[in-house]
Amino acid sequence: MTAEPRRRPKLAVWKFASCDGCQLTLLDCEDELLGLAEQVEIAHFLEASSADAPGPYDLSLVEGSVTTPQDVERIQHIRAVSARLVTIGACATAGGVQALRNYADVAEFQAAVYARPDYIATLATSTPIGAHVPVDFELRGCPVDRRQLLEVITAHLAGRRPDIPAHSVCFECKQRGTVCVTVAHGTPCLGPVTHAGCGAICPTYGRGCYGCFGPSNSTNFPSFIPLLRRDGMDTLDVVRVLRTFNTAAPAFDAASRKEEER
Amino acid sequence: MATDGSSPVVIGKDGLDALIATLTGRGRTVIGPTVRDGAIVLAEISGGGELPYGRGVELEAGTYRLRERQDGAAFAHSAGPQSWKTFLHPPRVREWSAERTPDGDLVVTEDDTVAPSYAFLGVRPCDLRAIAIQDRVLTGGRYTDPSYQGRRERAFLVAVECTEPGATCFCVSMGTGPATGPGYDLALTEVVDADGHRFLVRAGSEEGASVLAELPQRAADPATATAARERVAQAADRMGRSMPLVDLQTLMRETLTAERWDDVAARCLTCGNCTMVCPTCFCTSTEDVTDLTGDHAERWRHWESCFDLDFSHLPTGPVRESPRSRYRQWATHKLGTWFDQFGSSGCVGCGRCIVWCPVGIDITEEAHALDRERAARPPDGTGPS
Repeated sequence: MTAEPRRRPKLAVWKFASCDGCQLTLLDCEDELLGLAEQVEIAHFLEASSADAPGPYDLSLVEGSVTTPQDVERIQHIRAVSARLVTIGACATAGGVQALRNYADVAEFQAAVYARPDYIATLATSTPIGAHVPVDFELRGCPVDRRQLLEVITAHLAGRRPDIPAHSVCFECKQRGTVCVTVAHGTPCLGPVTHAGCGAICPTYGRGCYGCFGPSNSTNFPSFIPLLRRDGMDTLDVVRVLRTFNTAAPAFDAASRKEEER
Repeated sequence: MATDGSSPVVIGKDGLDALIATLTGRGRTVIGPTVRDGAIVLAEISGGGELPYGRGVELEAGTYRLRERQDGAAFAHSAGPQSWKTFLHPPRVREWSAERTPDGDLVVTEDDTVAPSYAFLGVRPCDLRAIAIQDRVLTGGRYTDPSYQGRRERAFLVAVECTEPGATCFCVSMGTGPATGPGYDLALTEVVDADGHRFLVRAGSEEGASVLAELPQRAADPATATAARERVAQAADRMGRSMPLVDLQTLMRETLTAERWDDVAARCLTCGNCTMVCPTCFCTSTEDVTDLTGDHAERWRHWESCFDLDFSHLPTGPVRESPRSRYRQWATHKLGTWFDQFGSSGCVGCGRCIVWCPVGIDITEEAHALDRERAARPPDGTGPS
């Protein structure tokens, strides 16, 4: 049987407001990168190459949040030229740490930071890609996990659902035999309300999870937050730990606002 | 203390060292309690020096702390963060792999990695029962789990009777301890007093007797035998928790619509910790992974939990969406429907789910509350809410 020359799916990687860390995670797939390049045509990935092939694209990976009027238009175009659109990282799925602006006056920030604020065209909020266009899959993490990123791409190539559990980090601690830092050490840890995916890196090194994968799919903040307080956090600490990379994720946002109102 | 007909002997700490050396010499991987990261975990040990001599634990709902023990005992600590299922029913197992051949066929290869030949040192009576329960679930039905069976058949079990129950222990309520039941190769009872630090040992199998014969030992003296018996008997009176003295299977059946389930659901984080520390919880899910070429695929089995929304996911969504339905599923299975399914309780009273629940939900307290609610109201039948 002679196989027809196979057309490689076209992959595009896009950047919005972000630190580029998630794109770097893709470049960090050193051992797999050549294999990936054999399976897909990397058509648009400015972090890696200035070569830029036109769309449409089979798979678009989108990093970053929407923070400017241009972003709002550009994401519409990307959606239009992408068969499948996957957001990668906390910025693209939740608005990122830059969504802290959502709790403040962005004009004040501009005046404080820039010598000529009138040169800056920015929106009052930082919003996830999913707030603007339909997203086929959201990959969590700040940054995303290398293995999970490869799993999403591999699953796309195989036409299957990616195996990315949405349960708590506690599952990962228990499966790898990490002693619970909250129960055994009294260390505040966001693990019970945080989305798995990192492999429980922080608790495995004896520190509490700080929620960089955002909320799990089954949280109970009214029961959870008293634990943080028991282990030494005051209201400001609780608000701050919820307001990092995933501050605008709805579950973290609602919990931090409720704490602030206390 | 079990009486199985074999004559008990006494070994010292040197005998325990010799036991580890003998088991290792017979090609076994010895797993025992050892201190790591502020807890007494189960891990491979190569000598008696790695045992947690002089370390005890303070347990409460949602709290675990190591403490020093003046008596230097090695096994006077309660159940830790793991159970033996970590080794017999591991968190992740590859079931098979498949290769696409150049002519397009698929060749599937079952995973036939030979399981390690384990020796478990320090199996507490509650955990010995838990292993028997997993035996029933994973090998006692119509279908046998070959991965579990392979590990289990090769495992050598050194039970240690419980002389130091924790504040979260309730093995007496569940009929699983503190004296050891059957199923061990060797059973130890640790005694530390003015006459020294020693272990009363009985063999429970031919291999146990053969291993025991290789250890430096002396015949059991009456004082040691009496001290061992008394320590286990006293442990029975020092359980930190108890279940209500009712038929728990009936209690679960008659309280399916209790308000208490809402109360516990308000506290439950649905984080899944209780199921993963439980020595009898056996649920797994499978994941199929492919490589970038699509020419190589593997099926992996991993622990799953009834607290995971994905656990009951069907095309229309999860069947058990509310935390109430998930906690109730877990508790009623553990204490009730396990009898219908497997002929015993699924709970052995080890207390791990109480200790390792971050918010300290206590299955005994929930059972007492359900019992009180039932007593205050007529039975509500068996319909689900």
